[in-house]
Amino acid sequence: MEPDHENAYYEAEGLHPEDEEYNAERTSPQTWFTTLPGHDYYCEVEETYIEDDFNLTGLSAQVPFWKEALEMVLDVEPGTSIPAYTNERHSADQTLHQRYIITKAGLQAMAEKYESGSFGVCPRYNCQSTYVLPCGRSDQPGLDTVKLYCPNCNDIYTPPSSKYQNVDGAFFGTSFPTLFFQTYPEFLSVPFKWYDNPTAAASSTSDNNPSNEPPSSMPTDAYKNTISFPKSPNPHGGTRQPVGKVYEPRIYGFRVSERARSGPRMGWLRDRPVTYDELDKVDWKGRWIGDGPSAGGVSVSSGGGKATEGPAMGGVAGIAERPKVGKGKLFEEEELKENDEEDVSEEEEVKGGATPAS
Amino acid sequence: MGDEYISDSSSDFTDYWIDLFLGIKGNEYFCDIDDEYIRDRFNLTGLNQEVSRLPTLIDIITDLVDIELQPEEHRDALEHNARVLYGLIHARYILTTRGLNKMFEKYRNGDFGYCPRVHCQLHPLLPVGLHDLPRVSSVKLYCSKCEDLYNPKSGRHSVIDGAYFGSSFPAMFLQNFSQAIPTHSAEMYTPKVFGFKLHEYSKLNRWRELQRSHLERRLTSKGIETKNVVGGFTHNAPKENE
Ligand SMILES: [Zn+2]
Ligand SMILES: [Zn+2]
Repeated sequence: MEPDHENAYYEAEGLHPEDEEYNAERTSPQTWFTTLPGHDYYCEVEETYIEDDFNLTGLSAQVPFWKEALEMVLDVEPGTSIPAYTNERHSADQTLHQRYIITKAGLQAMAEKYESGSFGVCPRYNCQSTYVLPCGRSDQPGLDTVKLYCPNCNDIYTPPSSKYQNVDGAFFGTSFPTLFFQTYPEFLSVPFKWYDNPTAAASSTSDNNPSNEPPSSMPTDAYKNTISFPKSPNPHGGTRQPVGKVYEPRIYGFRVSERARSGPRMGWLRDRPVTYDELDKVDWKGRWIGDGPSAGGVSVSSGGGKATEGPAMGGVAGIAERPKVGKGKLFEEEELKENDEEDVSEEEEVKGGATPAS
Repeated sequence: MGDEYISDSSSDFTDYWIDLFLGIKGNEYFCDIDDEYIRDRFNLTGLNQEVSRLPTLIDIITDLVDIELQPEEHRDALEHNARVLYGLIHARYILTTRGLNKMFEKYRNGDFGYCPRVHCQLHPLLPVGLHDLPRVSSVKLYCSKCEDLYNPKSGRHSVIDGAYFGSSFPAMFLQNFSQAIPTHSAEMYTPKVFGFKLHEYSKLNRWRELQRSHLERRLTSKGIETKNVVGGFTHNAPKENE
């Protein structure tokens, strides 16, 4: 492709049917998109869409399509008035592709590409090759390259190949992943660990059960397989079964203690609550509802015995023995040996200091 | 092929088995193991259960025996086993002070690649195995900033046995090099539509934020500083993501 094409692409906002440039491009929408580097992320814009002038003058045509959905799902404090976003849209720089992929036809085309794995898989090991979706961090061309959104870990990643460095994120835009997964919630993982909690799962479908307690013990694998996947009370949060777990670094099978400076700090980033209800217990300011200002001494959370299993650790008496920088107590107290080949004496040896063998 | 070849830093290094091995495409994650370490049988305890003809393999790796002088029908198997042995010794070596230092250099060079997570801003990765036994799982990459595991991008790397790096390496590395411990980012990606956050996504993010503040409170109560320090979190950034 010639560089001219790319420039035209990035300046597409000023594109109007009466422009010569537009007409030149317009004759071959296929080559327009599909000759660019990284073109495999793009979908072909239907010619009927391009020929409809209405589509090029703003998103007004799409507004009725999303109005109801938007009001239901926007995360605004109760009572906030939603400004007329059509105006916002008019002033924003948009590309044809960005607009097209959030139309019904465009979403469908992208869903086909998504389902066939055209956009690749999440690089995160514990996402178990969940398919990712291209997105932008800006709706304005020329600011940022395309990123990949994973609907399982709810995070964004840099594409693996440098050929996508030439793909502008504005081709997809900031709203695309959300609108896509609103339309196809079956690809989006629910925000709770469904498999840990069959009782809550049962009660969450009949959502008037405030006295619902998290189960005291985890179901066995066999039991997990027999229970059916609980429906999320709100399908906008996804309906897919989440995959993977949270990784914990270990030395000779021992988890590193929180008290070490190199101890676990990021478990919360990938964790999710056992039940959907638990999400509703967090208020707008990020506190437990009903706990008052000093809330949060005890975490209700996360059955999995993760880095977040606070209470046991928090209650440890030895607060006085403040760890020195870089040292500290390296291992958790009650550790089980999980690794295979190291023999016991070796383990004991490193437990004290975890200094490298010389 | 005498001893003088080994102890001498000759310019013609492509003759050395280890240098040839390290030069093979896909072997970029491995560091150079000292001959002395390989020849010390104490370091190799138990490895004769993983490969046959251990003494011959050691001689091949340390250039005491030229593999080309071995019977032709054995060469492929010997070369294969020598590479397996090198990997298994490697997992032990990189937990020693010398090995850690060599891996630190490679880490600084970005030899293991950078975290693909946007919010980690190209933080360098470390190789890690999920298991210490060979032939169970392939090598993964650990990011100390988000504390998560990633798959290698290249197919050449994703077939390497994770046991050649071991499950303890990243934690040992960070324990040893406190200068490599990052200040973690508390940022999360929040999907938006037309500039608005979405309720369902934000709920999970708020819940996660609460987990983090619990962790910080717990650490603070133990006298561990968490705000804008190494091993803590960046706190100056506004809550708005991106
Ligand atoms: Zn993911
Ligand atoms: Zn990272």
